[in-house]
Amino acid sequence: MACIELSHVSVELPVFSAQKRSLRRAIMGLGTGLNSDSRIAEGTSDICVRALVDVTLNFDHGDRIGVIGANGAGKTTLLRVLSRIYEPPRGTVQIDGRITSLLDLSIGIHPENTGYETILLRGLHLGQSARTMREHMDEIVDFAELGGFIGMPVRTYSAGMYFRLAFAAATCIEPEILLMDEWISAGDAHFVQKVEARLNRFLSRSSIVVLASHDLDLIARICSKVVVLQEGRAVFFGPVKEATERYAHLCEQ
Amino acid sequence: MVSDELVVERHSDIAAAPPQPSQSALALKDLVDGFKLWPLWTRLAWSDVRQRYRRSVLGPFWLTISMGVLVGTLGFIYSGLFRIDVANYLPYLTAGFIVWGLIASLINESCQTFTAGEQTIRQIALPYSMYAFRLVTNAYIITAHHLVIFVIVAVAFRVPVGASLLLALLGFGLIALNGMWIALLLGVICARFRDVPQIVASILHLSLFLTPVFWMPEQLPSDRAALVRLNPLHHFLELVRMPLLGTTPPSSTWLVVLGITVGGIIVTSLVFVRCRRRIAYWI
Repeated sequence: MACIELSHVSVELPVFSAQKRSLRRAIMGLGTGLNSDSRIAEGTSDICVRALVDVTLNFDHGDRIGVIGANGAGKTTLLRVLSRIYEPPRGTVQIDGRITSLLDLSIGIHPENTGYETILLRGLHLGQSARTMREHMDEIVDFAELGGFIGMPVRTYSAGMYFRLAFAAATCIEPEILLMDEWISAGDAHFVQKVEARLNRFLSRSSIVVLASHDLDLIARICSKVVVLQEGRAVFFGPVKEATERYAHLCEQ
Repeated sequence: MVSDELVVERHSDIAAAPPQPSQSALALKDLVDGFKLWPLWTRLAWSDVRQRYRRSVLGPFWLTISMGVLVGTLGFIYSGLFRIDVANYLPYLTAGFIVWGLIASLINESCQTFTAGEQTIRQIALPYSMYAFRLVTNAYIITAHHLVIFVIVAVAFRVPVGASLLLALLGFGLIALNGMWIALLLGVICARFRDVPQIVASILHLSLFLTPVFWMPEQLPSDRAALVRLNPLHHFLELVRMPLLGTTPPSSTWLVVLGITVGGIIVTSLVFVRCRRRIAYWI
């Protein structure tokens, strides 16, 4: 049974200026006091963006979680913490279950690779074996409606074909924890329909789905609970209707 | 907000949560998990090579032919200019240049172990060692294409390779091991400090002229010949070049290489354990 527990998680993203990125300046800074020479001190201040602040959330099996918030509120950072990309310096993260992260489209995509190779690579990236991907190839091609394009280089594909390929390859084996970022709602209506159909029919009650989106209708159709993020804080976590009302209220302010 | 019953349930769950693993354990796990992903990094390494010559007429042979033309032309011109026997010089140059190419590409590419994989690192959690395995494998695939030229030269000039081939393989294995720690160490450093790749590239470029690749140590005056042994890259080169030419490297070469290997692994372990969790933030 999948389960996610975040306890007092805070994430700070360092912003490096060109000076901060330089080894030479770092070594010079050890010897000279940075504050004494204003030319060196300029542009070397430690800027950190507090992307997540004291976030405590619990997701249980069967949950369909929506994550909403303004741009920059921390949605993608939260998804990255859930994917284990960011290990937070403060707080604990307990995740039980195999994580399938669909945060972006570009992994495993070399423009010259064929659709077949790309599906194989995406599956391998997500922890599947090559044999599993080959067994499910027909089903993936079917879902993605690729037809003969499967043997063509991926640079010939339309955005819709990309989207369908990525989603089908990631969900051919039922994910225990599925994380999706906003690109899902950028797909055409046909694609969004297929995603919903698969989520509702194919994914069982033992998995967790977390979806970040600006499309509140999509969230309302797919999700059972919603997290509202504002400036890195989880200001609300609960049923969809109340969450969207709270978010609307926040937007007005 | 979350209902009270759920809060009570969760408190007991959190109390029972296992302690977080140490950074050393996570670093070790990273290496093990990275190795287990071999179906992925071998395919990615091949894919990287194929990208170079896809849609070209000659395909993979471009790698072999370009090496062949360079080595062949230089070999004949230099042996003519410096009055060295071609049969002596050409195999030496071929073996040396191919192995140098391997070492140089390992070091140069290591500056981009993680920065080249920026897109992937920000989207999916994979063991960081996977990128190092991919890098080393990619370098070896390309070297294998180049070695075809050496086979041709060795056959044409009757180089007495024989049993020393096994020593050459061992040498290649040691270089691969060193490639791994360099890929991780430089990868971490260059993810944080973005001026290091240029520093490394300059040093390596200079080293090509300071290491006996185009010239033989024997050409140096006797009182200067020992200086060559101060160059660590020379030892790595000799480790494979000498067996490829049918001779055995001296024990001093093995000692230097093993010393650097062990030292490198220790330093890299310390750095990797400390910095692994920050890589995603630096990228």
